[in-house]
Amino acid sequence: MGFEGIGAAVRRKEDLRFLSGRGHYTDDINRPGQLYASIRRADRPHARIKGIDTAAAKASPGVAAVFTGADMAADNIGGLPCGWQIHNKDGSPMAEPPHPVLAVDKVRHVGDPVAVVIAATRQQAKDAAEALVIDYEDLPSIAGLRDAIAPGAPLVHDEVAGNLCYDWHIGDKALVDAAFARATKVVKLDLENNRLIPNAMEPRAALGDFDSMSGDYTLFTTSQNPHVIRLLMGAFVLHIPENHLRVVAPDVGGGFGSKIYHYAEEAIVTWAAGKLKRPVKWTADRSESFMSDAHGRDHVSTAEMALDADGHFLALRVSTLANMGAYLSTFAPCVPTYLYATLLAGVYKTPAIYVEVKAVFTNSVPVDAYRGAGRPEATYLLERLVDVIARETGIDRVELRRRNFIANDAFPYQTPVALQYDSGDYTATLNAALKVADYAGFAQRRAAAAARGKLRGIGVSTYLEACGIAPSAVVGSLGARAGLYECANIRVHPTGSVTVFTGSHSHGQGHETTFAQLVHSQLGVAMDQIEIVHGDTDKIPFGMGTYGSRSLAVGGSAMVKAMDKVIAKGRKIAAHLMEAAVDDVEFKDGKFTVAGTDKSRALAEISLAAYVPHNYPIEELEPGLEETAFYDPKNFTYPGGCHIAEVEIDPETGVTTVINFTAVDDVGRVINPMIVEGQVQGGVAQGIGQALLEAAIYDKSGQLLSGSMMDYTMPRADNLPNITVGTESTLCTHNPLGVKGCGEVGAIGSPPAIMNAVVDALADYGVRHIEMPATAPKLWSIIQAGRPRLAAE
Amino acid sequence: MPQVSLTVNGTHHTVEVENRTLLVELLRETLGLTGTHVGCDTSQCGACVVHLDGASVKSCTMLAVQAEGAKVTTIEGLAAADGTLHPMQEMFREHHALQCGFCTPGMVMSAVDLVQSHPEGLSEHQIREGLEGNLCRCTGYHNIVKAIAAAWPLMHGKALPVAAE
Repeated sequence: MGFEGIGAAVRRKEDLRFLSGRGHYTDDINRPGQLYASIRRADRPHARIKGIDTAAAKASPGVAAVFTGADMAADNIGGLPCGWQIHNKDGSPMAEPPHPVLAVDKVRHVGDPVAVVIAATRQQAKDAAEALVIDYEDLPSIAGLRDAIAPGAPLVHDEVAGNLCYDWHIGDKALVDAAFARATKVVKLDLENNRLIPNAMEPRAALGDFDSMSGDYTLFTTSQNPHVIRLLMGAFVLHIPENHLRVVAPDVGGGFGSKIYHYAEEAIVTWAAGKLKRPVKWTADRSESFMSDAHGRDHVSTAEMALDADGHFLALRVSTLANMGAYLSTFAPCVPTYLYATLLAGVYKTPAIYVEVKAVFTNSVPVDAYRGAGRPEATYLLERLVDVIARETGIDRVELRRRNFIANDAFPYQTPVALQYDSGDYTATLNAALKVADYAGFAQRRAAAAARGKLRGIGVSTYLEACGIAPSAVVGSLGARAGLYECANIRVHPTGSVTVFTGSHSHGQGHETTFAQLVHSQLGVAMDQIEIVHGDTDKIPFGMGTYGSRSLAVGGSAMVKAMDKVIAKGRKIAAHLMEAAVDDVEFKDGKFTVAGTDKSRALAEISLAAYVPHNYPIEELEPGLEETAFYDPKNFTYPGGCHIAEVEIDPETGVTTVINFTAVDDVGRVINPMIVEGQVQGGVAQGIGQALLEAAIYDKSGQLLSGSMMDYTMPRADNLPNITVGTESTLCTHNPLGVKGCGEVGAIGSPPAIMNAVVDALADYGVRHIEMPATAPKLWSIIQAGRPRLAAE
Repeated sequence: MPQVSLTVNGTHHTVEVENRTLLVELLRETLGLTGTHVGCDTSQCGACVVHLDGASVKSCTMLAVQAEGAKVTTIEGLAAADGTLHPMQEMFREHHALQCGFCTPGMVMSAVDLVQSHPEGLSEHQIREGLEGNLCRCTGYHNIVKAIAAAWPLMHGKALPVAAE
């Protein structure tokens, strides 16, 4: 067995069960006496519910119960809470309309749950749900952002004037205005960030159970953060105290943000299990996922950069409309504000920035964080704008970036939009990516492609993101209704094996391996003697879960802190056993040694003494060797880097082929390079999907047109290139591991790299900007329209 | 209710099903073989791929009764009886070709059929096209393609011919 500590590409511990079909996903779990729930959802974007005739459904074979919003209201069930409150420019709080679990009076988006049927089999539940007769009075509806804020637009919520959730801003407007007034040149770009549907491969599922003897509820759910679900659902929706509510998120088949939120179905099955005293399971059909999983992105923005004569960025002014959908999902309000606007400095020393964001309700599925959450939107805006500036000033796009980079000696760097970057080296990642991508040889490759009748382009994106979320006091001051620390419990068993109970949750990230490497490195315990337990509120003291690339930076740091406590206690026990002073006892490679002697005790000897305390300082020290730590980060972490895409467009078809994709990222210290590479590749694939293929499309009224995998283009193996990943790390200065996070960088850096390459490929066609996704029909039309002009020239 | 008799991973079963019961429902719900997954309802994602008489099929896209008399192999039946992993499973692990694991069973079953049906060799392009019916949202396919190319020599007992593309 080779080196398995920090930095080793250890093969994953979790793979054996996944490869053998022995994973344990929520829909794989069945309980004795289990019933099945099917949800009847709105098939229209906005309507008053005049009546629900449940008679036929209740008479349908196998049906145990039919519940509507009125039944939940009668049980005093609360609405789904929002976890973040943003304040308007004038200091007033955002509009926060109720979000009923099952619709009451009105439906507000296609997919809004109206009633639930519970039956003996899945099919019987579905049959009966179809037998429900719902009498609707259709109401005017609206799905597009600009339409929703137009005067006289239909209102999604009667009490929310102008469909405006909030009108928020950040930055120094006067400073920005002054800079624009003295600018040599101003470059403006209008752009959209296309709405996406996350589509984790495992559809959401929830299984509620109730023990009428103990009064205990159990919810198995496809969640990225079971403790948060227990808190939100227990305290705000179902009013079940924590001691009677266990939430288990077992193996979860991908999340990408969409499984952070507390969803209606979790409350429905838990509540129904209590009503019926039977377990109740719900599993989404994929078509339900499309209309009920929180969507991502959906911004419309205007960006303007003020420049001096040398192309230095003087000031940035941004105005953004952000779609919230019909209701506020758990974290939705913070995405276009503190995860977006605060990122608009990017890697540039722009001295003045002012951003206005209007969040808008529409008759569409709620929008919330999706891989990157706000940071892809910021990066796309900035990096597209920089390329347009380069073109319009005639300054080389790489040189323009270098000219405006925050210098290596400027850290810690305070941006004009609240964040303070701790470390980074943007020149290093840029240089490395240019080299790997053979940027210098591109002109030749373009000429060769042209000779074959193909249009070749190259695009660069130099980006930064903020993750490892987040300092509790800071986010509290910004409107978060929770802390964002993490918890870890390290249990050293009597014979020296270790179980880690972590509040982070793994749904593809490989925590069982990476976290075990941390323990192996710090405690010297063999990898096969380490077990990582996550996803169960009955086992883990507490947890804030996994999102925002926080698991290693925050959850891993909590583990380090807990292991420090284990070692500190172990030194006292070792000192007693070896009759030495505690200060003389060192811990290294799994052994406690008296400094300068050959006296030592292995960790397993110490743990045995701790649990069998016959010779033990029992007066001063409690038995046992188990420690819990909570780690609250001091700052965000700031991964960054450079992505370079090389594309070829076939002018006859408009099809874009990504020839090469290079990502060189600074993710801080790398624990397992194999896993980091995989995370970046997966993120880049989602970014390429956003840039070229994916779009959630609503018609004007709010009918979802891209509502299945037949209509929504998921990236397939033959749509994607090989993705070359490198790392050029600077260490995070404020967490004990020096890690920054790697889960989202791929999805953040890549879309503008692709779009810059596409626009570059079409430079001769008079193209300034193309909205995502750059589908073949869109590009074909542009090429066709451009041809006569080219022919005339 | 109709009866269906079939052999799954070497074990013979005769079970009652509804006319409309899908093969994947028989596998998951009646036989408890939950390694085969359901990721969509439009036959797009391939999480449910199993082998039916040696060929890969989407078990969400055929009725259970259509499997009458068939030999079905699911992901649970791919490894040897002593637990030794199939070379495709080994290479998926070696090349980090899985993350959340949800698409993995279908992906592996498709990949095994793809390699078996191409004894003449497989180019990267062919592998990518051969995965057209399987979606993965985690990996970007990069490592899946590598794993399949690495499994080919192990399954065919010879070096993978250099692709003549």
